[in-house]
Amino acid sequence: MFEGFELTGASIAFFLISLFVIACGVLLLNLKNVVYMALAIGGVFIGVAAVYILLEAEFLAFIQVLLYAGAITIMLLFAIMLTRHDEIESQTRITAHPVWSALGVIGLGGIILYVIKFSGIRWPNSAQESPFAGQDNVKMIGEQLFSQYVIPFELVSVVLIVAVVGAITLANKEDN
Amino acid sequence: MLSVEQFLTLAAILFCIGLYGALTKRNIIIVLVSIELMLNAVNINLLTFARFGLMPSIDGQIFTLFAMTVAAAEVAVGLAILIALYRNRNTSDVRDQDLMKW
Repeated sequence: MFEGFELTGASIAFFLISLFVIACGVLLLNLKNVVYMALAIGGVFIGVAAVYILLEAEFLAFIQVLLYAGAITIMLLFAIMLTRHDEIESQTRITAHPVWSALGVIGLGGIILYVIKFSGIRWPNSAQESPFAGQDNVKMIGEQLFSQYVIPFELVSVVLIVAVVGAITLANKEDN
Repeated sequence: MLSVEQFLTLAAILFCIGLYGALTKRNIIIVLVSIELMLNAVNINLLTFARFGLMPSIDGQIFTLFAMTVAAAEVAVGLAILIALYRNRNTSDVRDQDLMKW
């Protein structure tokens, strides 16, 4: 399946990390308790951060841990605590809905995997040496962000302030 | 040696898990989480092609940075909407949010 596969430290790390990520994802689907689900998604986020490190995006890996595994997971836990959650998800009646969803998702996954593996696309040669070797990841991102992408960077700040104000407005209780 | 296909396969599996969760889960918070999972899978793809693509460059990492920023804003607004819904309708079940259902 993987032609020219050789066992190196990076590939062993990759398989362990993917095993962890996929196991946490399956746990997210199968667990009944909502709080445990939020913990499983924290595991997925940390695993994805490790994948980022394998892809030589160290800065984004740390941002992933700070933003997703830290902030978003804790915010989700707060939201779960603030709303009433039935400890066990109630299984009221069996419907055909999950079956159709599963069929659609498996179909989509099959198409994507077919395109990746068996369609004969020649993916770029990964044996090339790292394009980022010997360079400071944070410095490269900073230089690009403040030269070529400075306008999107400023626009993103507008998006953030609108989102924060909108969130406060929505969650604020109107007294009158 | 790590290959492009491995990372793309992992991202595809992660995306499918997220899609299935978003389609079938009852709790509205878990649906939001599943959408985050799909966004993470897309980020893995972006970084894969930034590292292994035909023209590898730092631009893919910048795109991922923007995607993560927008995802964080989305979660903030989504949770605010959820709190407002919970206050008005006193439930966090997706099937009860049917005001706009035809």
